[in-house]
Amino acid sequence: MEDLVKLTAVEKHFPVWEGFFSRRRRYVRAVDRISMSIARGETFGLVGESGSGKTTLARLIPRLTPVTGGKLLYSGTDIARATTGQMTTIRRRMGIVFQDPSSSLNPRATVRTSIQRPLEIAHRPRLEIDSRTLETAELVNLGKELLDRYPHQLSGGQQQRASIARATILRPEFLILDEPTSSLDVSVQAQILNLLLDLQQEFGLTYLLITHNLTVVRYMCDRVGVMYLGKLVEISPVADLYKSPLHPYSVALLSASPPPSPRSRNRERVRLAGDPPSLINPPPGCRLNPRCPYAFDRCRVEEPKLVECAHGHLVACHRV
Amino acid sequence: MSRSAEPLLSVKSLFVDYVTSHGRVRAVRDVSFEVNRGEVFALVGESGCGKSTTALALMRLVPQPGHVSAGHIMFQGTNLTELSERQITLVRGKQIGMIFQNPLIALNPVYSSGWQVEEAVLLDNVSRQEAWRRAFDIMGSVKIPDREERMQSYPHELSGGMRQRVMIGMMISRAPELLIADEPTTSLDVTIQAQILDLLMDLKARNNMSLLIITHDFGIVADIADRVGVMYAGSLVEQADVFSIFESPRHPYTRLLMRALPTGTKTEGRLETIKGSVPSLTEVPAGCSFNPRCPLAQDICIQERPPEREVAPGHSVRCHFSAE
Repeated sequence: MEDLVKLTAVEKHFPVWEGFFSRRRRYVRAVDRISMSIARGETFGLVGESGSGKTTLARLIPRLTPVTGGKLLYSGTDIARATTGQMTTIRRRMGIVFQDPSSSLNPRATVRTSIQRPLEIAHRPRLEIDSRTLETAELVNLGKELLDRYPHQLSGGQQQRASIARATILRPEFLILDEPTSSLDVSVQAQILNLLLDLQQEFGLTYLLITHNLTVVRYMCDRVGVMYLGKLVEISPVADLYKSPLHPYSVALLSASPPPSPRSRNRERVRLAGDPPSLINPPPGCRLNPRCPYAFDRCRVEEPKLVECAHGHLVACHRV
Repeated sequence: MSRSAEPLLSVKSLFVDYVTSHGRVRAVRDVSFEVNRGEVFALVGESGCGKSTTALALMRLVPQPGHVSAGHIMFQGTNLTELSERQITLVRGKQIGMIFQNPLIALNPVYSSGWQVEEAVLLDNVSRQEAWRRAFDIMGSVKIPDREERMQSYPHELSGGMRQRVMIGMMISRAPELLIADEPTTSLDVTIQAQILDLLMDLKARNNMSLLIITHDFGIVADIADRVGVMYAGSLVEQADVFSIFESPRHPYTRLLMRALPTGTKTEGRLETIKGSVPSLTEVPAGCSFNPRCPLAQDICIQERPPEREVAPGHSVRCHFSAE
């Protein structure tokens, strides 16, 4: 299976000026030497908590912000070296659905305007724009009577459908979904997830799904990457991650997640001490070592590399 | 965990209305439930179901133009709806505590967190020194590390999890018997959420405190609830112990909700969805408020509001059909 997206030691460091007269410069290492790939047709889940770098990583792919190190290939093209013209073409093959539809849809534009904008930017003829918009609205089950309303007049679920319509109107091959259902009620979430699966089947889409909701990850994803403080600590097929998570952070994340039913309530819990440290001054060695219940000497000095332990299952931990 | 026969909190036929220029809007309709001592009761439902309004009504905190228009709220033998404004302020904080969803909004930004806990303690008429000492102990019992420094910090200087701990600290400082928690972990990361829930359960055990938790997250319900009340469009549609709610729900809405939760992988089948959408409070359907979306709806559901009926011991449902 071809790799649609391939990251090799990708870095995104943001400079921060500190001290009097902003003299001292340090870096927020939001994404720190990440290597991974997303195969065509798969749904890759990226999980992690606030500050893990998952949203930053997603923004690198369409070059919404430039990479500061490493190599990022989209369908074989090096994103960092692509010309503006090449990027325009590449970006049309991608769609992005953001977390909070009420803040990602222009509140002063009708839903129709927001959805058709990508077609207008691509200079499509008027007739095509109108028919495509109607067609796409129908595809996402967004009633056409809603098209001429404003976002605030739509429910959360309808807003998210509008957002998905906008992201898919150019019939992309790749969708980046950043917490697509986090602000939605349970029943609405089910509708949106079903819709995403239907669209994927119909158009052969590849998804990068970013979320902190582990039940959504398990349901939707084929493979999962777990991020902590800018690093990828584990990559695994979804079933394996839930059955036998290897990295202590993954274990803690899974055991911190609420159980699917009250019967699985008294499962063994692994708790991490304290709060995540700052991204400007990450701990030396393995990023998790101050909070990890299994940390030993090597963890405090040497950063573990991501190695394959079982088929398709990679971990970055000295214990393994 | 001892259970005396008398419930700690007994809400009977609670109605909360908002008086607006468009007329009366009913946010909570005929809601009755009980919370026993040492129990965790979860009030769960989707947006606009009235669960937060119910919680606010218990402490008479429903914002204007809302008010409790009918019903009794019995707390340890006293009817809270009959208390004067002054009397209810004595109950708030001391006997019933409440923590809210977003502590950054609830905490005062210009006072240090330590001072806010002290201020709560001072309500018990102790000296400043004693108040500081107790606040220090409380910061320890809510497991705030580096207490001395953190007590001097302002809310905006603390992380979300820390702020929530400070709020919990303030609220348990006078050892209330009932703590109402309205979406206490919504904006927090999973691992921090787990820490906060552990803390709440630990405090509950140590102080024999009851917990009324308001949430839309069934995971939290599965994790800590003993009993559950499911709300829809202002009414309680089903009430039971947590195992029954998950394993044998009897109301069509609860059943559909349980099947809408992603519990496995996509290969195991599509998620169940509920046709239509949640009605706004100004447009609640007549009869059973769920009827336009219910797969079992018949004529009677449009004509008559179903009464709440007990279908098994401790399990009641508001539906015309005792669904099997």
